[in-house]
Amino acid sequence: MVCAMPPIPIAIEPPLLQVKDLRVTFGLDEGVVRAVDGTSFDVRPGEVVGIVGESGCGKSVTMRAILQLVDRPGRIASGTILYRDRNGAEINLTNLSPRGPEMRAIRGAEIALIPQEPMAAFSPVHTVGSQIIEAIMLHAGQSGRRITKAEAREITIGLFRDVGISIPEQRIDSYSWQLSGGLRQRAMIAMALSCQPRLLIADEPTTAIDVTTQAQVLELLRELRRKYNTAIIFITHDLGVIAQMTSYVVVMYLGRVMEQGPVDQIFHSPKHPYTRALLRSIPSLYGETRTALPVIAGSLPHPFNRPAGCPFHPRCPEAMARCAVAQPVLLPVGDNQAAACFLHHEEAEA
Amino acid sequence: MSEVPLFDAPLLQVRGLQKFFPIAKGFMQRVTGHVRAVDGVDFTLNEGETLGLVGESGCGKTTASRCILRAIDPTGGQVLYRTRDGRVVDLASLPQRELAPFRAEIQMIFQDPFGSLNPRMTLLDNVGEPLLVGGMRSRSERTDRVAELLKLVGLRPEFMHRFPHAFSGGQRQRIGIARALSTNPRLVVADEPVSALDVSVQAQVLNLLLELQERLKLTFLFVAHDLSVVRHISDRVAVMYVGQLVEVAPTASLFSRPRHPYTAALMRAVPVPDPRVPPADGALRGEVPSPANPPSGCYFHPRCRFAQAKCATETPPLREVAPGHMTRCHFADELTLAGA
Repeated sequence: MVCAMPPIPIAIEPPLLQVKDLRVTFGLDEGVVRAVDGTSFDVRPGEVVGIVGESGCGKSVTMRAILQLVDRPGRIASGTILYRDRNGAEINLTNLSPRGPEMRAIRGAEIALIPQEPMAAFSPVHTVGSQIIEAIMLHAGQSGRRITKAEAREITIGLFRDVGISIPEQRIDSYSWQLSGGLRQRAMIAMALSCQPRLLIADEPTTAIDVTTQAQVLELLRELRRKYNTAIIFITHDLGVIAQMTSYVVVMYLGRVMEQGPVDQIFHSPKHPYTRALLRSIPSLYGETRTALPVIAGSLPHPFNRPAGCPFHPRCPEAMARCAVAQPVLLPVGDNQAAACFLHHEEAEA
Repeated sequence: MSEVPLFDAPLLQVRGLQKFFPIAKGFMQRVTGHVRAVDGVDFTLNEGETLGLVGESGCGKTTASRCILRAIDPTGGQVLYRTRDGRVVDLASLPQRELAPFRAEIQMIFQDPFGSLNPRMTLLDNVGEPLLVGGMRSRSERTDRVAELLKLVGLRPEFMHRFPHAFSGGQRQRIGIARALSTNPRLVVADEPVSALDVSVQAQVLNLLLELQERLKLTFLFVAHDLSVVRHISDRVAVMYVGQLVEVAPTASLFSRPRHPYTAALMRAVPVPDPRVPPADGALRGEVPSPANPPSGCYFHPRCRFAQAKCATETPPLREVAPGHMTRCHFADELTLAGA
């Protein structure tokens, strides 16, 4: 079997990150929105985990929770996020103060973010180089090393070269708005890599750019993983990107994990009706043209009106009476694969 | 693939369409150059067919479609439109006053279902506005027509007294489609109509467009960047690069055997939703050149794997290399490019 990503030898290395039963709620005037409702997954060193889902499924909130960046009125209601640092110590990130020095030392240096909109992430009034140099000097200071500005500049130029930015000596002094979309995203990746993080969180990193540029950025990320053994959490709604980039996939819908498992099983033996429907509804470069695509009936409900029972039941072709009243638990359905569906087990959430 | 009915004249014939935007510099705002956003585009659109117009951002696909609608005035070229009574008029040169009757016949569906509806107007007013502009003064007549249109796009007529904020992205896109259809158009220009929608909703809207086309004998110009979507909905596909068409062909022919290296590169760049298919290597290098300062010769030559000396000096013409298959490449006959 040929896999896009060579599978990671499982259970040889302990997980870098363990998310356990994470719940994030937003208390609003209209009621409490459960944006993430019991998500669990592990990320091992060098592994690429994909989180896929449609808008409002909680994929971005999960990522913000890991970085302790959930904005008010959102808060982590329960669950643990265990991170194993360079010394092998396990830290529960949910116990750290979001603004405290420990969390700041982890953000950027240990876990870095590649945001969706590099245009919004870079300041337009400073050169991209100066922003990366600042980050390098700041994190060096935190870990007690002294580094001069000239040294940081050299490191930045090296990073630009690594991510494939041509004439880095000149580009380092440009402003983000002077760069094209692809170059801007490369500069963002260089910034994310500047402190040699062990975990990269890529939040829809290619959604705002064109396909040919996307292909370049995906190739770059694959190469970086090979070179530095960086683990990546890849958040996207694009199933093509998931198939080509990840080795393990978490499928979310309205804050809940519907199914998770190794990428090959998710695409070739999906167990949850939502995963199956999602895979069927995408037009491909191979299928019949100008015929009706199989659709998922209905539309995504508003987070305030989350259906009782299984959140997918009103749109599910295989819904049973029980699905409307009880919420299925995520349980193993195969090798390393789990699904939350009564078609596969009887267990309901208390 | 549906059969394209043959007519004596196509519904729309675009010839040498150009749109240049001036670049002004300095205190005096002197014009120092032009962005050649659309630089000599030719294509035809037969009645009842869907032509997909694809390309990356900045290639001029949206500008070209806006010129056809006369939302902006083209710099040059002709947009020949065959009217219901068989006359052929050039929309590109018609004064605004004389355009009015054609505004109803050529309609548009927009990309952003959140920005394209007036949030302060109910669906009745949003969808009914083109009718009012078209002279339907009676409110009860408009109400009946809007009810009919909402049903046509799969929404409940009772919704007409609600405001757009009450609807999801997919529903809003249906509202936008209802509005475009209110004037019984013959040609609908859809600019990225599904790219802002979630995957599960995207399929619903694509199906609706196919169904409406069949029922109302609509002609679509479908502008999009997503090759899989364009392939799914189009009878023929036109590929744009830096303001020019590089390839126009029937969908099956284009995807099974692309004749332009850029088209082939675009196809290779689409990630295949199957983990057993290894990632395509050899991603296209470099950047899309600026339309203000395009390269010499073939605009694609600096990024082309097959470029030869001739490509940097001579501009290739758009020529037919197989039945209905046009390409702008000197070496189309020698190259064997892999399709999808």
